Amino acid sequence: MPLLELQHLKKYYATQKAVDDISFSIEQGSIFGLLGPNGAGKTTLLRMITGIFFQDEGNIIFDGRKFDPVNDIINIGYMPEERGLYKKMKIGEQALYLAQLKGLSKSDAMEKIKYWFTKLEMQSWWNKKVEDLSKGMSQKLQFVTTVLHEPKLIILDEPFSGLDPLNANLIKDEIYGLAQRGSTIIFSTHRMEQVEEICDHIVLVNLGKKILDGTVQNIKQDFKENKFSIQLNTLPETIQSPAFDLVEKTKKGLVVKIKEGYKSNDVLQYFMQQQYVIESFHEILPSLNEIFIREVEGTHVATRAFQAVNQ
Amino acid sequence: MNKTLLIVQREYLSRVKNKTFLLTTILTPLLFVLFIVAITYFSIKGKEQLNVAVIDNNGFFKNNLKGTGAVKFDFPDGIDTSNYEAKGYSAVLLIPSFTDSVKSDYIIRSKKSIGLNTKGVIEEKINAAIEDHMLQQAGVDRHALDSIHKKSQIAEVKTLEERGGSAAESNQGLASGVGYVSGFLIYITMFIYGVMLMRGVMEEKTNRIAEVIVSSVKPFQLMFGKIVGIGAVGLTQFLVWVVLIFVLMFGAQLFIPHDVLDQVRTMQQNGGMMNNAMQASEAAQKIYGIKSVISTANWPLIIGCFIFYFLGGYLFYAALFAAVGSVVEDVQNSQSLTLPITMPIIFSFIIMSNAVQSPDTPIAIWGSIIPFSSPMVMMARVAYGVPGTVPYWQLALSVLSLVGGFLFTTWLAAKIYRTGILMYGKKVTWKEMIKWGFRRG
Repeated sequence: MPLLELQHLKKYYATQKAVDDISFSIEQGSIFGLLGPNGAGKTTLLRMITGIFFQDEGNIIFDGRKFDPVNDIINIGYMPEERGLYKKMKIGEQALYLAQLKGLSKSDAMEKIKYWFTKLEMQSWWNKKVEDLSKGMSQKLQFVTTVLHEPKLIILDEPFSGLDPLNANLIKDEIYGLAQRGSTIIFSTHRMEQVEEICDHIVLVNLGKKILDGTVQNIKQDFKENKFSIQLNTLPETIQSPAFDLVEKTKKGLVVKIKEGYKSNDVLQYFMQQQYVIESFHEILPSLNEIFIREVEGTHVATRAFQAVNQ
Repeated sequence: MNKTLLIVQREYLSRVKNKTFLLTTILTPLLFVLFIVAITYFSIKGKEQLNVAVIDNNGFFKNNLKGTGAVKFDFPDGIDTSNYEAKGYSAVLLIPSFTDSVKSDYIIRSKKSIGLNTKGVIEEKINAAIEDHMLQQAGVDRHALDSIHKKSQIAEVKTLEERGGSAAESNQGLASGVGYVSGFLIYITMFIYGVMLMRGVMEEKTNRIAEVIVSSVKPFQLMFGKIVGIGAVGLTQFLVWVVLIFVLMFGAQLFIPHDVLDQVRTMQQNGGMMNNAMQASEAAQKIYGIKSVISTANWPLIIGCFIFYFLGGYLFYAALFAAVGSVVEDVQNSQSLTLPITMPIIFSFIIMSNAVQSPDTPIAIWGSIIPFSSPMVMMARVAYGVPGTVPYWQLALSVLSLVGGFLFTTWLAAKIYRTGILMYGKKVTWKEMIKWGFRRG
C-alpha cells in the first residue's frame, strides 16, 4: 500500500504554474527521489506535502486517508533546503523545543533526544550553543531534529550539503536504517550519483510537470541506447555487420550499437565467427546524470529568485 | 501542550532569562530618577547671579527698586557704562528721565548676555517701583493696600465633577501629569517591543529556521506566539516597575517621623481639620496635601485603562511590525518599511501632548477613538475622569474600535507574514505587502 499518494496536484502562482497536475505514489518503506532543476516546482511540491501550502486543486492521500496537516504533522519530518536553527539557543533545549512543537510530550522527547544524541555521539553538545558548532555539526543536529520522532514520512531536501564524506556516510547509514524500520523517505537533490546509490524509485519534474516516474533500473532500461562494450584479445581492423554499428574504438575494446531487430547474441556470434576471443561483454546503461541532462536541457528554466510567490 | 503556548513560553523565557533584560528592567527606573534629579539640580544651579549698577537721575528708584535672590541692584556714585565692570558689577541699568504713563526704554548693558528669565525679573521690578511711585503720588498708603490685598485672598475655587449623585474633587495638574506619563510610557513601549518583535521575526527568517518551524506549526501560530510572548515580557517589565515604585514609596514613608504620620491620619479622618486645638505641623500638612491630591484620581480605572491600552496598542502595532520583519532580511531594508508604522505613532504622540492640556478638543476626542492613536490619546483624557471628561460611549467606542483594530491588523499581518517568511532574495514594497494581505485564500 502506498504511504503517500498525490492525485492531480496543482498550485498556480500569479505568473506561472509552479505545480501543474502532478500525480505519483510512494510505497511505504521506500527511498524516493524527487529530482528536478532549480525552479522546477520541487519545493512547492514538498511544501504542499508538509502542509505549509495548500494545493489549488487535487488531493494528497496520506497513509490511506486524506492528508490533514494539523494531525498528520507528527508523522512527517521535513528538513527544508533553507534550514537553520536558533543560534543563541542551547542545543539540548533547541532539540527539545523542536520535538515538542512536533507534538511529542516532554518526557518522550527527552527519551528520543537522548537515544539519538548517544547514537550520533552528540551527548557532550547539550549545553553548547548552535553558534559554537561547525556547519557540519549543525547539519547533523538538524538531521536529528528532523527524524527523532521517527515519523512515517521523512522529507530531506539536499541532506548532504555541507557534510564531509565521513558524516555524509553516517547520515546515509541512518537513512537506510530508518527505511528498514519502516519509514518512507523522500529525497530531493541535484546530485544524481547519490540518487543512483540511494533511491529505489524516482520522479523527475520540470516546469511544474512530471517528466519521468519509475524505478531507477526501469528508467535506465527505458533510456538505454542498445550500446554494448566488448573487449577482445586483439582489435579487428575492419568491422562489417548488418547487426550493429561501431560507435567507438578504444585501446582496449569497442563500443557498439545494436540495430533494430537484432539481439546481443548476434554481436557475439559475429566476433566468434571471426575467431576473436571475447574477454568481456556488457551493456552500457546511461547514468541518471545523462538522462537528467538530456531531459531537462534546452527547456526554459525559471530560477527561484524570479518565481512569483503566492500564499 | 498547546503549540502556540510552547512558542509563547520560549519567546518569553529566552528574553526574561537574559541578563540584559534584568539590567534594563532594574536600571531604567534608576536612570529615570537620576535624570530627573540631574535636571532639577542643573536648573537650580544654572541660575545666574547678577549685580546691577543703576544710573538713575530721577532719584526715587533708589528707595523703591528692590532686588531679588538672582538680581541685586546697587546705586553707586560715579558709575558709567565704561567703568561698571572695574567696580565689580556685571551689568549697568540706565534709567531714562521719567514721564507719567509714557512707555520708554530702560537699557541694561552687560558683557555677558542676560537670560530671558532675568530680563523678565528686572522688568517686573522696575514696573513695581514705578507703581509704588505712582501710588505715593496718588496718596495711597502702600502698607494699607498690601494688607487689603492679603485679606482679600480668601476665595478658593474647587472644581467638582458630577458623578451620578455625588460630586468628586478633581485636580487638573494631577490629571495632565498622569495622562502625559502614561501616554508617554505607551509611546515608548510601543516602539521598544514593536522593534523587539520585528527583530525576532527577522532573526527567524535570516537564520532559516522559519520553514523548519512552519512545517510543525501554522505560520499564524508562530507569529501569534511571538507577539504574545514579547507582550508578556513587556507586561512583566511594567509589573516589576510598579513593584519597585511601591517599594520606594513605602521606603520613603519609613523616613517620616511617627508623630507626623499620626497627625496626617487624624487630618484624613476629619477632612483636613485637626479635631483639637493642636495645630498640625507643616510637614504633616504637606503630606496630607499630596495624599488628598493623589486621591482625587480614579486609580483603579486609570490602571485598568493603562493595561488595556498598553496591550491593545501593542497588539495593534506589533502585528504590523511582525509583518515588516517577515519580508526583510536586513536592518537597512526594514527602515523604509517601518516608516509608515512609526509615523502614526509619532503623530499620535503629538496629539497626546495637546490632549493632556485640553482633553475636549475635537481632535483629542477623535484621536482617542481611532485605534491608530487611541492608546496614547485616550490615556491622556481618561486621567481627567470618566464620565466627566470622557463619556462612557466614547470610552466604549474607543475600546471596541481598538479591539477591532488589532484583530484587523493581526489578520492582515498574518497573511503578509506567511508569504514573507518563506521568501528569500526579493525586495518587497508596502504595495506588494498590502496586495498579499487582501488576497483571498
